[in-house]
Amino acid sequence: MSGRTIRSLLAATAAGVALTLSACGGSPQPAAAAPPAPSSPPAPAVTASPVATTSVGIANFAFSPAAITVKAGSTVTWTNQDEDAHTVAIAGSPASQPLQNGDTFTHTFAQPGTYSYLCTIHPYMRGMVVVTAG
Amino acid sequence: MTPEIDRRGFLKCMAWAGTGVVWTVAGGVLSGCELGAGQPKASGHPTRDLYFVQISDSHIGFRGPANQDVTGTFGRAIQQIAALPSRPAFVMHTGDLTHTSTADQFDTVKQMLGTIRAGSVFQVPGEHDAAAGDDKAYLAMFGAQSKGTGYYSFDVNGVHFLALVNSVATQGMGHLGADQLDWIRRDLSGLSSETPIVVFAHVPLFAMYPTWGWSTDDATQALGMMKRFAAVTCLNGHVHQVMSKVEGNVTFHTARATAFPQPAPGAAPNPGPLTVPSTQLHQALGITEARYTARNGRVAVIDDPLTP
Repeated sequence: MSGRTIRSLLAATAAGVALTLSACGGSPQPAAAAPPAPSSPPAPAVTASPVATTSVGIANFAFSPAAITVKAGSTVTWTNQDEDAHTVAIAGSPASQPLQNGDTFTHTFAQPGTYSYLCTIHPYMRGMVVVTAG
Repeated sequence: MTPEIDRRGFLKCMAWAGTGVVWTVAGGVLSGCELGAGQPKASGHPTRDLYFVQISDSHIGFRGPANQDVTGTFGRAIQQIAALPSRPAFVMHTGDLTHTSTADQFDTVKQMLGTIRAGSVFQVPGEHDAAAGDDKAYLAMFGAQSKGTGYYSFDVNGVHFLALVNSVATQGMGHLGADQLDWIRRDLSGLSSETPIVVFAHVPLFAMYPTWGWSTDDATQALGMMKRFAAVTCLNGHVHQVMSKVEGNVTFHTARATAFPQPAPGAAPNPGPLTVPSTQLHQALGITEARYTARNGRVAVIDDPLTP
């Protein structure tokens, strides 16, 4: 760390700004102010056109495809491909158990309708199943 | 609830510098910062120096390349606490004790918490402790002395601590809820405005990065109830990295995890576990030492990387 960096940090502290810094460390650490961020999370509504499939992947903290369409009586399978755990919580039904990497969850949709679902651990992860009359 | 605190332990503590930044070198990383943005402490509210430790995000049960042995690194953090020069008055775990809320994971973490060398051990839940949207297992094991979803408060040496729950029944980011907000209002109502306030919660109470849910949607209501206090310090986990921010009389500080690091806000497509070279993992994990100094009414923290 350079002397200049130390001086500027101490000056910032004297002004009442809390900060944390890392010298010699390898990992980047944000200091003082958080980066600009939107005041609210992105709209969680699923807007993609439904894809006809009974298989949904969970990857990169997203359901893919986010919107699917199946016929009534179909069984949909979700497979978690992420390192982190996720769940599938379909409106009106109990949430799945947390899915570790490689785990799957299945749900049979008996009645036509539009079913939204989310991951209870990361609730900004949203998906939708459109069930049509068989 | 009133914890039984070993008061002898922290009376033995070596005094940190009363003003300015305290620097320590641990594991090759120099870090330190003073928290407490409020005015110097008035003399009307008696307090005494206090030393405590925050740990967070042990994610017992996690498996993946980001850390093949989360139980081992959590155990290392506990050993590191035992090796501190002073025995902390208490240790607070700020949530995500487990990764997927199974009974085995809760059993393991409870047993490990029981080995911590400190006057008391506290915890608040994270969203992974109610992973399927159900906090029954957490409350059955840890909720005996708490209210509602698991929140409570306690006092040590004249400092008032709030242990809040903002990770259950969320809609995309942290959420306290009306019941808890009402309880906070009542809890604070009898306190002198000179009382130092320290707030623990899992999810940040400031808008650190709402895109990833790193914020609490009704935190401003809670913090609004704390405006009359000279200095409020909010300590949280969830983001697996160190960040500090000051807003008025409130200072926010986030702690490293003991399980795995996560990317800086926006530095990756998602906030998932960050895999670093195994030789760098310990430096990306850690514990947070916190010391309240009565002379200036402030909390100073040191983020110690995990020792290998």
